[in-house]
Amino acid sequence: MTDLGAMYIGAGLAAIGVGLAALGVGNVFGSFLEGALRNPGAADGQQGRLFIGFAASELLGLIAFVVAILILFVVK
Amino acid sequence: MSAGRIDPMEQFHVAPLTRPIHLGAFDISFTNSALFMVIVGGLLAVLVSGGLKRQLVPGRWQALVEMMVGFIDNMVGTSIGKGGKKFAPYIFSLFFFILISNLVGVLPLAIVPGLHTFAVTSHITVTAVLAFFSFAIVLVVGFAKHGLKFFSLFVPHGAPAWLMPVIIPVEFVSFMVRPFSLGLRLFVAMTAGHILLEVFGSFVVQGLNAGGALGPVVAILSFIMIVGVSALELLVCAIQAYVFALLTSLYLHDAVHLH
Repeated sequence: MTDLGAMYIGAGLAAIGVGLAALGVGNVFGSFLEGALRNPGAADGQQGRLFIGFAASELLGLIAFVVAILILFVVK
Repeated sequence: MSAGRIDPMEQFHVAPLTRPIHLGAFDISFTNSALFMVIVGGLLAVLVSGGLKRQLVPGRWQALVEMMVGFIDNMVGTSIGKGGKKFAPYIFSLFFFILISNLVGVLPLAIVPGLHTFAVTSHITVTAVLAFFSFAIVLVVGFAKHGLKFFSLFVPHGAPAWLMPVIIPVEFVSFMVRPFSLGLRLFVAMTAGHILLEVFGSFVVQGLNAGGALGPVVAILSFIMIVGVSALELLVCAIQAYVFALLTSLYLHDAVHLH
């Protein structure tokens, strides 16, 4: 395997993390909706917490993306 | 690599617009990034100053500005709580600077040849400075208000004493990582969106160039995808600005109230 090929495979492996973060973000919004539909009156007050959970789980996917980009464009 | 390949990273290129200006060892040339920051600042100044007529019955413009201020006031009130009012101007500037520069970044002005918008927030140099500002304010406020008691931030309430050697380093690391995660999140979200748009745009061009039966089909599908992704980008622009402002005010809450 050439170095370039190994680089591309590594970047592709790093991109798996983005999909895993999608699971987390879906879980955050899914759980929020589940709770919000049971008690719609309390839903608006929890939107800040919803976005904190979203931000925390999204960050890990974004870091996976950064790793992929670093492998593709920065590592020589 | 086929001919006519479009480099998705080219749009993030920072180039000086005038001839290079040097101050000591630093290059302080006026770049396209700086130009767009000036544009964003100008837009924000015009937007806000248009609503400062202080009429008793607000017109449309003043109602808009009052809504903006009310939104930030509400966020600061719920997440910082008591004593948070004085941070509202900072959170306001932060939120609307990020929001407007995100939105200016996705303006489709590139259909006019030679004109190309530049997303200021797609550079970690810009977002990191914003994040370090927030972090510095948290540190200054925390130490000024509580002195050395500010370090009790690293000791959660109700944790058993034998767990302290583990918890304190973990809390310390998670505290020190905050500015990096804050800046990185905004930078990566914007960069990823712009790369995605550029990649699908290059699919349209290459599909049309390729011809044959399949080429136009790919081009049309990619174009539909661009429309969808653009709508998603508008949502991401707003969410990332909101998340940045919200997390900053939460960190300020820690500094003001210590938990």
